[in-house]
Amino acid sequence: MGSSTRAVRDTPGRRAAARRRLVAAAFLLPALVLLGALVVQPIGFSLYRSLFDRSGDTFVGAANYTAVVRDPAIRTALRNTAVWVVVAPAVATGLGLVFAVLTERVRWGTAFKLLVFMPMAISMLAAGIIFRLVYDHDPHRGVANAVVVGVHDTFAPASAFPKARPGRDSPLEPAGDGAFVTREPVRAGVPALLPLVGVAPEALPKGARTAAGARPVPGEVTGTVWQDFTRGGGGAVNAVDPTETGLAGMRIEAVKDGRTVATATARADGTFTLPAAADGARLRLPASNFREAFAGVEWLGPVLVTPAVIGAYVWMWAGFAMVLIGAGLAAVPRELLEAARVDGAGEWQVFRRITVPLLAPVLVVVLVTLVINVMKIFDLVFVIAPGAVQDDANVLALQLYRTAFGTDADQGLGSAIAVLLLVLVVPVMLVNIRRIRRGASR
Amino acid sequence: MNAVRRLAGSVLLRVFLVLAALFWLVPTLGLLVSSFLSPGDLNRGGWWQALTAPSRLTASNYAHLLANDTITGSLVSTVAIAVPATVLVLTLGALAGYAFAWLEFPGRDWLFLVVVGLLVVPVQVALIPVSELFGAIGLFETTAGVVLFHTAFGLPFAVFLLRNFFAEIPRELLEAARLDGAGELRLFSRVVLPLGGPAIASLGIFQFLWVWNDMLVALVFADSAHPPVTVALQQQVRQFGNNIDVLAPGAFLSMVVPLVVFFAFQRQFVTGVMAGAVK
Repeated sequence: MGSSTRAVRDTPGRRAAARRRLVAAAFLLPALVLLGALVVQPIGFSLYRSLFDRSGDTFVGAANYTAVVRDPAIRTALRNTAVWVVVAPAVATGLGLVFAVLTERVRWGTAFKLLVFMPMAISMLAAGIIFRLVYDHDPHRGVANAVVVGVHDTFAPASAFPKARPGRDSPLEPAGDGAFVTREPVRAGVPALLPLVGVAPEALPKGARTAAGARPVPGEVTGTVWQDFTRGGGGAVNAVDPTETGLAGMRIEAVKDGRTVATATARADGTFTLPAAADGARLRLPASNFREAFAGVEWLGPVLVTPAVIGAYVWMWAGFAMVLIGAGLAAVPRELLEAARVDGAGEWQVFRRITVPLLAPVLVVVLVTLVINVMKIFDLVFVIAPGAVQDDANVLALQLYRTAFGTDADQGLGSAIAVLLLVLVVPVMLVNIRRIRRGASR
Repeated sequence: MNAVRRLAGSVLLRVFLVLAALFWLVPTLGLLVSSFLSPGDLNRGGWWQALTAPSRLTASNYAHLLANDTITGSLVSTVAIAVPATVLVLTLGALAGYAFAWLEFPGRDWLFLVVVGLLVVPVQVALIPVSELFGAIGLFETTAGVVLFHTAFGLPFAVFLLRNFFAEIPRELLEAARLDGAGELRLFSRVVLPLGGPAIASLGIFQFLWVWNDMLVALVFADSAHPPVTVALQQQVRQFGNNIDVLAPGAFLSMVVPLVVFFAFQRQFVTGVMAGAVK
């Protein structure tokens, strides 16, 4: 009896519960099906596939995982990913913190923030192309090297004659440090001959004219420095021939007992004049005449490519850190900072003792987000590192792509790298879940 | 003395910020100016030459590019991927978010925790398995495949964000509507969706930019005959150095839409980025 009454009473309730579940399922199912098929299932499949060889038919146990540790290419990728994880988030967060604090003090802070945050909106591909151009080795194209070469040449001007050298039977000999010096001392009134070869015709200084033999002047040391080479043949060695060119602008020093007693610069026709003090000295052409033109830094060479790409990443993501930290900063009570200032604390002390500790939770969130982001870095390296140095710039995500979809595809090994990537983010996954659970139980 | 120090500090601060601003401005400016220089001028010297000789600037690169079917076609492909992938994520994410926030069913809490756990799963983990799956069901190298992939990987964040937002809706509002006899679907579309507007806008902008800017997923799954703009340009990067007249305007065309969205919806974008800090 009792059970039947309950059945009668419960039927509508149970039906309602069943209906509610059906409604919930209808709301949830599309999302859950996609998540299951394209996110959850792949995790299981990767684990499974990583235990099989290239073809997928032969079980190889942990062989793919040992290969991950042994393969030199993957080891480079692991090492670079470690560098990325240590350097990039820290630099981006540090800059973000500095920008967030400093922009509060200038009127154009908002414009500055907008400028720094903007790269967040564009693709890593576009940022990659932007920085490929910045880092171009040619200082007439890449702005980074244009600046480096510009600064360098201001302090150490490039020379006009990088390839010039004495020819056969020359009266000049190498002085050891890139300079050349005459074998014999020179005499006043006897024109000195300083023949050099090896300057390409198009590299001759602008305004250089046909070389002339120097006139003897009593009481002065005169001479000619010129390109001792007649194009098309003819011309005697160590003699100023009619079509040969003066090396205008060459620096000449007269050296006595290791001391420079006089200096001169060659005129357009290569002639020069030194005072009487140079009598009996040896003439030296200092190394500054022959220094190779400075070509700038090889940003995208094997050594610097990873720091260079990290630079591009910081350019993209410092704005993210800045905005998040800025939001945290807005929540810091001003009275606290003012009180510290009134107590005589300097700005640096206020920053270090009060602002940073109060911002610690935000800083942790930013750092963790960037660390996860950096572990998966792919596009920037793929686009900025030229093909020849991609082995040196390699990171895990790039190696995964190359292993699984390259010319010599090995999806077993690729899956092992995928599992490794997943394992690296599991701690963050657990922290996220715990945070939500704590929030839910509150 | 103190005043002098304060003045020096303020000058130093401004110098530092101006230098930093230059660091952020010059790279983009370089590409922008380069995109308006002829190939001949690009070979002759740095883009900065145009700062003193603005008459050299020309739109001819853009004219050539817009006449180039590969690039214009790739922009169409990008739209064809980004728009459906955004709409799908918003729709499915809102439905699931509502269910997690306001419907009762067994296993609700742990299922939500699973979704939260999926937030940080790297896209790379799914590349090999999903390419096998798509190969088997004929979705490999199709636009539909790319859209589904982006939707799936956008969903954890969408569900997470929208559930939390919907959960803040006052219970009385929903109860009142239920008492009036509104069904769940009606409740969802008439009460929850309008109230969820801001969160949905942030999420939509975030997801749209994410998909628009993606290269890796497209590289693996997109139809190689109709690649999106990131892949089309990436194929040009191999020739970097003698095709800046193509790459620079191409990169800018690909940036126009994200930048317009960014400047038009700054606030929503920032909200989305901040909420996504766990992703």
